[in-house]
Amino acid sequence: MSVGQLLRRRETSILIAIIVLVVVATSKNNGFTFSNDGFRDLMLAPALLVLLAVGQSIVIITRNVDLSVSSVLGIVAFATGKWFIGVPDIPIIVVILLGVLFGALLGAINGLLVTIVSVPSLVITLGTLYIIRGITVTWAGSERINASEMPKPFLALGTAKVGPVPLLALIALAVVVVAAVYMGFARGGRELYAIGSEPEAARLCGLPVARRTFFAFVLSGTLAGLAGVLFAARYATVASNAGTGLELQAVAAAVIGGVAIFGGSGTVAGAALGAVLLATIDRALPILGIPDFWQQAVVGALIIGAIVLDRVLAQRNARRLTSTSVRDHVQPPPALTVGGAR
Amino acid sequence: MMWISRRKAGRASAAARVAVAAATVAILAAACSSGAPGSEDSADGDSSAAAGGGGDVSITFLPKNLGNPYFDTSSKGGKAAVEEIGGEFKEVGPTEATPDAQVSFINTLTQQKVSAIVLSANDPSALCSSLDEAKAAGIKVVTFDSDVDAECRDLFVNQATAEGIAKAQVDLISEQIGDAGEIAVLSATANATNQNAWIDMMKTDLAANHPNITLVDVVYGDDDDQTSFDKTAALLQSHPDLKGIVSPTTVGIAAAARYLQTSDFKGKVKLTGLGTPNDMRDYVKDGTVDAFALWNPEDLGYLSAFAANALVDGTITGKEGDTFTAGKLGEYTVGPDATVLLGEPYVFNADNIDDFDF
Repeated sequence: MSVGQLLRRRETSILIAIIVLVVVATSKNNGFTFSNDGFRDLMLAPALLVLLAVGQSIVIITRNVDLSVSSVLGIVAFATGKWFIGVPDIPIIVVILLGVLFGALLGAINGLLVTIVSVPSLVITLGTLYIIRGITVTWAGSERINASEMPKPFLALGTAKVGPVPLLALIALAVVVVAAVYMGFARGGRELYAIGSEPEAARLCGLPVARRTFFAFVLSGTLAGLAGVLFAARYATVASNAGTGLELQAVAAAVIGGVAIFGGSGTVAGAALGAVLLATIDRALPILGIPDFWQQAVVGALIIGAIVLDRVLAQRNARRLTSTSVRDHVQPPPALTVGGAR
Repeated sequence: MMWISRRKAGRASAAARVAVAAATVAILAAACSSGAPGSEDSADGDSSAAAGGGGDVSITFLPKNLGNPYFDTSSKGGKAAVEEIGGEFKEVGPTEATPDAQVSFINTLTQQKVSAIVLSANDPSALCSSLDEAKAAGIKVVTFDSDVDAECRDLFVNQATAEGIAKAQVDLISEQIGDAGEIAVLSATANATNQNAWIDMMKTDLAANHPNITLVDVVYGDDDDQTSFDKTAALLQSHPDLKGIVSPTTVGIAAAARYLQTSDFKGKVKLTGLGTPNDMRDYVKDGTVDAFALWNPEDLGYLSAFAANALVDGTITGKEGDTFTAGKLGEYTVGPDATVLLGEPYVFNADNIDDFDF
């Protein structure tokens, strides 16, 4: 890959945007990077959203969407607290596994509905978004899980560090790397791209479209489940509204990260960087003195900017492709041009 | 009062949010902080056990719902008071805090001719006709925690006034930071009426009585754990000289405490506001938070029982200026609109937090 190609990649431009943002925020207030809290939060704040964005981007690549992730996160986070309360000596690892399995189960329900009923996933997961949240609200009522109800070692995971790096950030990084390798090189991953580019062609080629799509939803649910457990560890308070609104942030992260909303292109690394950018914007804007109320507008502008950029690049690419092919294959005789000018 | 009740309905949809916002203005759901199921019947025996005969005072507490730690605490106070009076205490209530769930309980109590009903209403007007029947049968009706329309009850025991809440928080933070330095407020939503009223009163109080304290920022955590948590982080980053944070919302103060607990600012930046002991216990015990305020539901129940008794024995009629004595809490005077004020908010700290479970 040439330097030019590398520079044109979406991942590069987002990385540059993140670096610029961090540098500017740090120059304004060096605690942004160079205090213990600042350095930790720089990596910790995006971790949960990165998990959701990775799952979301894989689903979007198959030309689907999973809006239910925030509700899955919410119910798993609440369940985590309930498990600790209900079974006092339950090992932490068991709770983490239960949470991940619970998420996978909910993802499987989404996947089954989408592949068997073949209703657009936007509608299905919008439905499950409300259904799962409704169940959580009914289950939790006005109850909140609070810090004293969960074991200290579990809550410590929320800010635990390995060397200078927060554990949660390492988990997110590991997920990104595994997912990126799978999507980039494994047969199954490439087939997900094929399915998203042209589902009909993928079917005619004999790709297991339903099975792969189902798998993408299970994966998204699994990651949302993992994020749910980690949510409980990090925030230490869980109420029925935990995670509300995160589904759109996950979609936004994927879109900003260059995952085409109609499937077939984009990378999980891009989506993960998109998530980091969103989280960093959230942290940086107050430091830059931008009022609360404008922060969401900035995120919105960024989403539209990313999509317009995609469109412009796609058109330019298409033009270049057509024009080169014309030049290469159809060379008009010079005489005719001269003659035609008369 | 929405800073505390948003939890109740969650945020399943934008529509639900609007509905909740509207509903919570009317309903003080401080009380509804538990979902644990309760039984239909009283903890103190069968509700069919008729009372009222032989001139004995029988006071029945009817909370929004049973199995709710907040009301368990207020009923504990009520029971203690009734025992001091020498009457009969009962508690009945629905398992779910729905608007009409209390109607059948009121009707049953009316038939049983108890001396007084002390209730926290799930709805300001839905209970009125059954309460009117109770009053017509000579039963005294006292509301606490959450009022009904004034004409449907004899007396309302108010837990706190806006002025009292604002002042308590200013007093706490100024004491904790040594009456000088920068503070910030972490509020609920930008359009929460009660929050804004308190913040305005705090500003006035600060300007008048604490000239060395500067309020540098007001941020909004939307009564969402994650948002409040992130806003706390941003506050600490953008105001390096910050001495204290006041969060007049139970969600905000718990989220801010969680951030502080795991941050370098733990113990250096003071945090106070309105919280519940269960949410805050960990943070008070490990020194993240010195003290925070809320009213004491036990005292609230205690006072309500004495007020009910005073109505029954005719010491007061609900007229402004009437006075009665509420045991260990001392003397109280009925204010306008047949309202009795519990007093200053109660301050919870490491010494007393374990006495409370709500």
